[in-house]
Amino acid sequence: MPAEIYLNVAVSGLLTGLVYGLMALGLSVIFGVVRIVNFAHGEMMTIAMYLAVALFSAYRLDPLAMLVPIAAVLFALGYVMQRGLINPFINRPEHSQFMLLVAAALIMVNALLIAFGPDARGVQTSYAFASYALGPLIVDATKAYAGLAAVTVAAGLFAFFRYTLIGKAIRACADNYAGALVVGLDVKRLYALTFAIGSACVGACGSMMVLLVDVTPPLGPTYTLLAFVIVITGGLGSMAGALLGGVLIGVTEALGGLLFTPSAKSMFTFAILVVVLLFRPQGLLGKRLT
Amino acid sequence: MILLLTDGVPRRVLKLLAGLSLVLLAAPLAASDYLITVLILVLYFAYVGQAWNLMMGFAGQLSLGHALYVGLGAYAAAALYVHFGVGPWLGLWVAMASSAAVGATIGFLAFRFGVGGVYFAILTIAFAEFARIGFDHWGWLGGSAGLFLPVANYARNDILTLRGSPTMFYYVMLTMTAAAFVLCHALLRSRIGYYWLAIRESPDAAQALGIDIFRCKMVAVIISAAMTSLGGVLFAFYYNNLFPEQIFHISRSIELILGPIIGGIGTLAGPIVGAFLLSTLAEGLSEIMRWVGIDLPGIKQVFYGFCLLGVVLFLPDGVWPPLGRWLGLGREEGDRESGEGER
Repeated sequence: MPAEIYLNVAVSGLLTGLVYGLMALGLSVIFGVVRIVNFAHGEMMTIAMYLAVALFSAYRLDPLAMLVPIAAVLFALGYVMQRGLINPFINRPEHSQFMLLVAAALIMVNALLIAFGPDARGVQTSYAFASYALGPLIVDATKAYAGLAAVTVAAGLFAFFRYTLIGKAIRACADNYAGALVVGLDVKRLYALTFAIGSACVGACGSMMVLLVDVTPPLGPTYTLLAFVIVITGGLGSMAGALLGGVLIGVTEALGGLLFTPSAKSMFTFAILVVVLLFRPQGLLGKRLT
Repeated sequence: MILLLTDGVPRRVLKLLAGLSLVLLAAPLAASDYLITVLILVLYFAYVGQAWNLMMGFAGQLSLGHALYVGLGAYAAAALYVHFGVGPWLGLWVAMASSAAVGATIGFLAFRFGVGGVYFAILTIAFAEFARIGFDHWGWLGGSAGLFLPVANYARNDILTLRGSPTMFYYVMLTMTAAAFVLCHALLRSRIGYYWLAIRESPDAAQALGIDIFRCKMVAVIISAAMTSLGGVLFAFYYNNLFPEQIFHISRSIELILGPIIGGIGTLAGPIVGAFLLSTLAEGLSEIMRWVGIDLPGIKQVFYGFCLLGVVLFLPDGVWPPLGRWLGLGREEGDRESGEGER
């Protein structure tokens, strides 16, 4: 096989990986601050994907243009979930939190099944088959737009956490819970806000992902798992790590699918996870575990 | 031996257990064929739930990939039977040994490198998923097209090759569940059982007391893996078909741990109570749906999800601890202190 093919596939994997990275970023933000592993993460993304599909089929609204409204809806969902459901569980043992979110995920998957049926749904945009040629590289337009959107959202999030007062307050909660309480931060509200921001992330990601894959209700758990793998590879709680992990996994999946059979591509993902967990359990960019 | 096991157990508990055993032993006389198949499933979940509970409830190691051991056990015994004609009573040793070896590998890698908590849980998922995709591409074992055992001859019960009627499987499963219960009871009162509880409550304190926590955790994983794989062997010979996509799937792992969590993690009765409750709930919901006449795919699972939510919200320690107190059976040795302040 000529080298261009590998390069093309790698670039395509990289762009998909950026979208994966954004999804993982949401999970990482939530875990980093609230210390809850969101086992309903992928399911929340499928909700966003179905929203995008519904808006597209009803009003021909482009999913990327609907990115902000969809993210807003997921933001609200996340806020309500944290306030009403998850908050009492913050000090409960892990398996209890796990059960809570698994039950929530079960409800989400099956509610989607009732609402939309079991068939795969997708969107057919005007640029679905367009591509850009950059020398020997042929870049799929859809993937390029999705990747670009993912980077934009991620950059916005970085800026939010670095420069805004609320962002700094949230980081303070993550760094020192007791300290944040002492200086008078409304930690409960900030936790709800963080969960909402993480959910908005996954909402934005869903409106990009729907351009890349068709959505079915059982897709949720697969993406929950993928988000875990990425976050742990990159380092739980590290935002840059989530993006790096996403790109790494995206490229690995793409090249693994090319070199072996596409159906075995996630084996490489898990192989990477195992290697990372064994030799660098804190993740590529994570802080050393104490 | 029996005296040793029952020593110190309140009379009321013994009477209740004896009564329950009698009811379960006599059940096939009165139950319909359908009810028997449901009961087999209940006992299966009680059994594998007990095996999982040993690792999580006693030793405090959260595994979310126990479908791996079910699948390995099922495939090992089924492959030996299909390809070499080796019966399940020999095959189960291979199944248990291979699962124990895989469990030991995962445990060794994780515990040696200090992978714990959520990370350990994700590592177990990763190995299960790895196996799922691997077996999907393993032609000798049927790959994604599945591995099939010669269909059972219902006219004759052949216990040596585990070919027979559901009633036979019911009694085999009942024996296994009872044996698992007794084994866990014995383990809990042994030296290592107390070590496990100490490690669960505080690994640092346990280590400071001179407990070899690495060894104890390894023993827990190995026993749990071997026990779980035995459930897999029975699963294979009962259903006669195996698909990697089904048996290794993460939803199987989750299904398997719902019982002990709902019933009461770390208690001996929890996995059994949980398995009974969840199956009753699922069957009851089907019945209600049929009665009301709603036939929407997914609606049953939505209600099921809400019921799970209700239990975790209002009974954080599971159903058994409050139920046991209400029945006047008191606390068990394995009972976990209520989960407050575990952060």
